[in-house]
Amino acid sequence: MLLALWALVAVWLQMRALPTPLAVWQALLTEARSGELAFHLGATLARVIAAFVLAMAIGVPLGIWLGTSRTADRLLEPWLVLLLNMPALVVIVLAYIWFGLNEVAAIGAVALNKIPNVVVTLREGARSLSRELDEMATVYRFGAWRRIRHVVLPQLQPYIAAATRSGISLIWKIVLVVELLGRSNGVGFQIHLYFQLFDVATILAYTLAFVAVMLVVEYAVLQPAERRARRWQQHRG
Amino acid sequence: MADTVTESGATSAPDAALTVAIEGRHFTSAGGERLHAVGRLHFSLPPRSFTCIVGPSGCGKTTTLRMILGLDAGYVGRVRMDERTRIGTVFQEPRLLPWRSVEQNVRLALPAGLEVPLDALFAELGLSEHRDLFPGELSLGLARRVALARAFALEPGLLVLDEPFVSLDETTAARLRALLMRVWQARPTTALMVTHDLDEAVQLADRVLVFGPAPATLCATHDLDTPRQRRDAPWREAAAHRLRAAGEALPGTA
Repeated sequence: MLLALWALVAVWLQMRALPTPLAVWQALLTEARSGELAFHLGATLARVIAAFVLAMAIGVPLGIWLGTSRTADRLLEPWLVLLLNMPALVVIVLAYIWFGLNEVAAIGAVALNKIPNVVVTLREGARSLSRELDEMATVYRFGAWRRIRHVVLPQLQPYIAAATRSGISLIWKIVLVVELLGRSNGVGFQIHLYFQLFDVATILAYTLAFVAVMLVVEYAVLQPAERRARRWQQHRG
Repeated sequence: MADTVTESGATSAPDAALTVAIEGRHFTSAGGERLHAVGRLHFSLPPRSFTCIVGPSGCGKTTTLRMILGLDAGYVGRVRMDERTRIGTVFQEPRLLPWRSVEQNVRLALPAGLEVPLDALFAELGLSEHRDLFPGELSLGLARRVALARAFALEPGLLVLDEPFVSLDETTAARLRALLMRVWQARPTTALMVTHDLDEAVQLADRVLVFGPAPATLCATHDLDTPRQRRDAPWREAAAHRLRAAGEALPGTA
C-alpha cells in the first residue's frame, strides 16, 4: 500500500527530492555491493549497542537506588530534571568539545541522553516493589544475589522492558546525529555525505536499511526475550 | 534501641527455644503523636511446644511477631534465641514469588548449601502433583500449603505463623489446621502462632497467651494439657469460654 502510494507520487512529481522506490532499491544494491552498506550499518549498530549497554548499566541501578532511597531521590532529582530537559544536541556538542572528537565522547554523549529516561522508568518500578515479598526474603535470609535475581528483577522486568523499548529507538536516532557531527563512518555520516551530494535515493536506502535492522532486533531479540521473561504469566488459569 | 541478643542460656528459662523480654514499642504517628503499640511482654517458648497468641484485633500481635522475626527493630528489650535457629515463617498471605514454580519457591527459601529432600514433605502436604505449577495457577488453599511447605522445608528451630488461615472459607481452614497439626507432629519444632480465632487456638496449642488491648501486654497464660484428639467441639467451647473470661476484650469464637 505505502509502497504503491510512494511510487505513484514519485512518478507523478518527477522530482529529485522524491526518488521512486526502484531508484532507492538500486542505490541500496550499489551500496551493498561495494561493502559500504554493511560497514556503515555495522559501525552504527556497534555504537547503538555500546550506548544502550552503558545507559542501562548506569541507569538501572541508579533508578533502583532513587526509587528505594528518599534521600537519594531528593538529592538527585534536580539533576535528573536538568538532564531530562537538556537537548540531545547540546550534550553531544559539549561532549565533543570537552572530550574531543572520539568514540568515547560519542558513545558517552548518547548514553547520557538516555540515562535520565532509564532512571525515571526504573525509579517508578522500584517504588512499586512489593514490601511483602521483601519481608519474605528477609525472614528467609535471602542473600543479596538471590534477592536481586529472584525477588527484585522479576518485579522490575516490565519496567526494564519499557526502558529497553523506548531506549533502543531513542538511542539509534541520537547515534545518527552523533555520527553526523563528529564521526567519519556510520549511517549518520553517510546520510550527511549524500545530503551534500543531494542524493536522496541513497539517503533513503541507508535509512530503510537501518530501520530494517532495528525491526530485526525488535522481532528477533526483544520480543522473544520478553516472552521468555513473562512465561510464568501465561500459565494463569 | 533494639537489643536482639542471640545467645543460648537466657536468664529466665535456660532451655527455652525463644525468650521474649520486650519492654515496649512506640510508633510516632504522622501527626507526631507518640503511640504506644506494645507494652511489657515477657514470655518464653519451651522447645517443641505449640504456642498461640490470641488477643483483640489491632492489639499488637503481629507487631510482636515482626519484632521476633527481626522485621521491626524499634523496640526496647530483648528477643533471645540460639543464633543458629532457622526460622520458618508463614504470613497472613502466602507471599510466594509468582514467577517461580512451587518447588523453586520452596527451594529458594532454603539456606545456601542446605540440600533437603523435599519429596516426603510435598507428599505430606499433598503438593506432589503441583511442584511445577506457578503460584498463579494455585487455589488459595493450595498456595497456603506451599507457604507451609516453605516454612517446614528448612527444618526450622522456630516456626512463626501469623494468622496463616485467615480469609479462607471455614472448610478449607479446618482442613489446613488438621494438616498443619499432622506435619508439625511428624516434624516437631517450636511453634508460635498468632490468631484471632479462639477455637483455632484451643484446637492447636499446648499453651495460649492472651494479650490485652493495645498496647499489647500479656494478661494470661493458659496451658492446655488435654491431648489434641480429645479436644472435641464441647471441650473447645469450654476452653474458649475460659480464655474469654481471662481477656475481657477478646472477640467471640468464630
